[in-house]
Amino acid sequence: MIPAGFEYHRPADVASAISILKQHGDEARVVAGGHSLIPMMKLRMADLAHLVDLQDIGEMKGIQVGADTAVLGAMVTQHEMITHEGLAAAIPLIREAALQIADPQVRYVGTVGGNVANGDPGNDMPGLMQCLDAQFELAGADGSRTVAARDFYEAAYFTARDDEEILTRIHIPVPSAGTGYAYEKQKRKIGDYATAASAVLITMDGGTCASASIAMTNLADTPIWAEAAAAALVGTSLDEAARAAAVAAAIDVIDPVSDNRGPVDFKKHVAGVILRRAIDRAASRAS
Amino acid sequence: MKDEVQTPAERTANLKGMGTSRKRVEDVRFTQGRGNYVDDIKMDGMLYGDFVRSPYAHARVVSVNKEAALAIPGVVAVLTAEDLEPLGLHWMPTLAGDKQMVLADGKVLFQGQEVAYVVADDRYVAADAAELVEVEYEELPVVVDPFEALKTDVVLREDLAGQTEGAHGPRKHHNHIFTWEAGEKDATEAVIAGADVVAEEMVYYHRTHPCPLETCGCVASMDKVTGKLTLYGTFQAPHAIRTVVSLISGIAEHNIRVISPDIGGGFGNKVGAYPGYVCSVVASIVTGKPVKWIEDRMENLMSTAFARDYWMQGKIAATSEGKITGLWCHTTADHGGFDACADPTKFPAGFMNICTGSYDIPTAYLAVDGVYTNKAPGGVAYRCSFRVTEAAYFIERMIEVLAIKLNMDAAELRRINFIRKDQFPYQSALGWEYDSGDYHTAWDKAMNAVGYDDLRAEQAQQLEDFNAGKTRKLMGIGLTHFTEIVGAGPVKNCDILGLGMFDSCEIRIHPTGSALARLGTISQGQGHATTFAQIIASEIGIPADDITLEEGDTDTAPYGLGTYGSRSTPVAGAATAMAGRKIRAKAQMIAAYLLEVHDDDVEFDIDRFVVKGAPERFKTMKEIAFAAYNQAIPGIEPGLEAVSYYDPPNMTYPFGAYVCVLDIDVDTGEAEVRQFYALDDCGTRINPMIIEGQVHGGLTEALAIAMGQEIAYDEMGNVKTGTLMDFFWPTAWETPNYQTDHTTTPSPHHPIGAKGVGESPNVGGVPCFSNAVHDAFKSFGLTQTHMPHDHWRIWKTANGLGLHG
Repeated sequence: MIPAGFEYHRPADVASAISILKQHGDEARVVAGGHSLIPMMKLRMADLAHLVDLQDIGEMKGIQVGADTAVLGAMVTQHEMITHEGLAAAIPLIREAALQIADPQVRYVGTVGGNVANGDPGNDMPGLMQCLDAQFELAGADGSRTVAARDFYEAAYFTARDDEEILTRIHIPVPSAGTGYAYEKQKRKIGDYATAASAVLITMDGGTCASASIAMTNLADTPIWAEAAAAALVGTSLDEAARAAAVAAAIDVIDPVSDNRGPVDFKKHVAGVILRRAIDRAASRAS
Repeated sequence: MKDEVQTPAERTANLKGMGTSRKRVEDVRFTQGRGNYVDDIKMDGMLYGDFVRSPYAHARVVSVNKEAALAIPGVVAVLTAEDLEPLGLHWMPTLAGDKQMVLADGKVLFQGQEVAYVVADDRYVAADAAELVEVEYEELPVVVDPFEALKTDVVLREDLAGQTEGAHGPRKHHNHIFTWEAGEKDATEAVIAGADVVAEEMVYYHRTHPCPLETCGCVASMDKVTGKLTLYGTFQAPHAIRTVVSLISGIAEHNIRVISPDIGGGFGNKVGAYPGYVCSVVASIVTGKPVKWIEDRMENLMSTAFARDYWMQGKIAATSEGKITGLWCHTTADHGGFDACADPTKFPAGFMNICTGSYDIPTAYLAVDGVYTNKAPGGVAYRCSFRVTEAAYFIERMIEVLAIKLNMDAAELRRINFIRKDQFPYQSALGWEYDSGDYHTAWDKAMNAVGYDDLRAEQAQQLEDFNAGKTRKLMGIGLTHFTEIVGAGPVKNCDILGLGMFDSCEIRIHPTGSALARLGTISQGQGHATTFAQIIASEIGIPADDITLEEGDTDTAPYGLGTYGSRSTPVAGAATAMAGRKIRAKAQMIAAYLLEVHDDDVEFDIDRFVVKGAPERFKTMKEIAFAAYNQAIPGIEPGLEAVSYYDPPNMTYPFGAYVCVLDIDVDTGEAEVRQFYALDDCGTRINPMIIEGQVHGGLTEALAIAMGQEIAYDEMGNVKTGTLMDFFWPTAWETPNYQTDHTTTPSPHHPIGAKGVGESPNVGGVPCFSNAVHDAFKSFGLTQTHMPHDHWRIWKTANGLGLHG
């Protein structure tokens, strides 16, 4: 668990960070909280010559909550997301999910940007951001662009971000008042990746489901935004048949792999149970 | 004097002696980050070692190319078996009478085996160089199943080719290590053949690992001027390490000083000798510089001593009324690539023959076959006496299986089979003499405390609700009554590599009445500095706060066999009391002289000797200590010191009654412990607070083992659980609340009646958690499934019983 040697950079602004990336190409990686990258370096599975630490970049910090959109700097920690009252009031799903990430020590250091940008299918925030329909702001040498969370993930550790880009901010539409929400997760222990997790948003209009969004975590090599599962709820009264149809549709699109948490049939079953609980909780909160 | 106005109760309280919940004196430094662990040791010019390890479980080592590694600035040496061979150190003896490669000698037998040892002037350089050592392997067929190992043509230990006799008798197959038997085979089989009822089951206790918070490591420092070797390390048995180092290195024992500094948990992992120690010593001898080696977490889990891995085939016979008449067990023991168990030499399967448990079983038979496989060596006693957790798990599962067969309540089945109080000392069918016990009292106390009948009624209601579709949760009630055998042990039958398993204590009273005590044991978190001082305080009458306790330095501490198997209190604790009594005997003579009466006319009273019948005439221990050094007393030599080497007449037999109540979510496989009640009887209680801490710690490790912790291999012999992501270590979040209780049945042969407690909660906890899981599914026809009961395995059980619709 001893990493190989590397050069350490600590730029103070995004432009400097990008120029370091540009100079060193795939020899360089940015590090935010480091919970994924540092262990990989210690295991010598990530071999890089230049480590670009983003913690001094002020423009990547802070939480702004507007009427329609909340903007999270990529360096916002999970702890900051949990303790920000304005964010919790606007998008309570974020707090509910962040509280299920590891333990307080990890959450003091782990960042939302690192969590979504790394492309690790075990991370909770990517699915959450897909559920919320967030937009990721990517800064490169030629300026910024945004990519929808739902379009960002290509395969495990492969994303729409170019090597010389940095994910700087996350723009999240604020759900309408009365939106029901739930983040449900099964894990073996604190600090473990999910055996299965799911994020659900539901809005009701009278007795009818007006809209829904469902995302599943660690059940494929990317997060899964289960469009058909959500569609199975919309226009219904969220009756038993609709909820069962949503679960069936979600199980249809996930593709879990066997690991120490269990084999595929177990994971699919648990995913269905977890999603059903998330739908039930979100429905109970929707008004 | 202030003393004179104090009541006897106040004087007793001042001592903070036995029975006091004295705060741990060690914690002052530990809670302030001022502990001194082996990795804290820094010496001038110190070098660092790191291993090149095998990625394969079974392979021939074709070549090792050191060139690229040696080319890095700062690399001092790269050692291979070839370099160690001229010194005769490429293999080393194990504690189990086998031998083990220090560095791969032509082949590797498990993933993570040590192949080359890199020495550099910087820890990071050592790691860089280890990566550059090029090893060419030729893969060989891998054997991970112990049953398959006994059938296959694949020979694991080619070095033993043609040897039909091992350290423990005949070898039946080239991958067979030993057969060990206890009890009467024919008689037991006859009882089973003629029994009203026989329950039969395979009980598997999976492979796991002690995984102490601090991994293993050492600093070897050879002083070429004095010719003295100082070896600091994570040693649970520093004196034994000194002797073994002397025997295998040829360095005279007086030129070796072994020091165990603060140790961050051992749990059996730090009893044996590892290649890292040998390589560091060799590297220090060759370079003349101190060499540090500290393993990382993955190395610890993959290569240093594992625990358990026992396949126990059992048959238990009973009358139709439930009186047990016989017990039969055949165990297949997976020892990995080398037999490196840390058991007393005459007990290659440890004290597995305690497997008749708490029950009066007239006839029994046990056979254990040790087997080589392509897994890491070990088989240590992980927070238990030697193989006692395996034995307890076996019998407590067999009792449950028998209860199902008899359609009898498992609590009642236990009650009617317990050894009765009037049967102690009790001779077990497998050869032990249980010293003392009162199982019925403990059991009834436990059943009353948890409201057993109400729990069963609640469970029945829950089951009814489940069947009616009102809940998806099942309730399980786990019961265990365990009997341990600890405190190895009597030298007549207990030795390790010929070293008798006595222990020792030396006490020096200073002229002003404070004291220094040294023991042959070594604390790894048990709180020896706190508790042993309490024994001395009660025995001699000087306050525990005035006693310094030292362990772990072989140049100063008296010889002893160390701390494991709950032996510190039973053996070294007895030595401490006996040394105290020697001092008290001399103090009595001094007091009598000072009081101008005959020796027999004074008696010990808390912290002083008083003239019988005239308590106003006394000498305090403080006064006696000063006189011992500074007053010429005819016929008595100056000073007040004593040493005791204690060879125990018997083991001690702590016991306990545990109850676990948990709720299982049949859809996710999650289990939540809602109640855990632990009654321990460890004989005389020295420090109730430390006992409670020990019980909490042991139960949490039991929870880990029962509910998820394992060292798992794939069919290629790759370790699947080599990090703490997959190896279950409970945090505060996963740890339930524990309710502790006790009865007190002193050991009749121990000077203070103490039996030891540190391992009881692991021995009793594992079957209790597991029995609760089994119990939840009992109504659906489950008799036996295997640990660990992680979410997937519980789900699989529920699925297999048709509970998912």
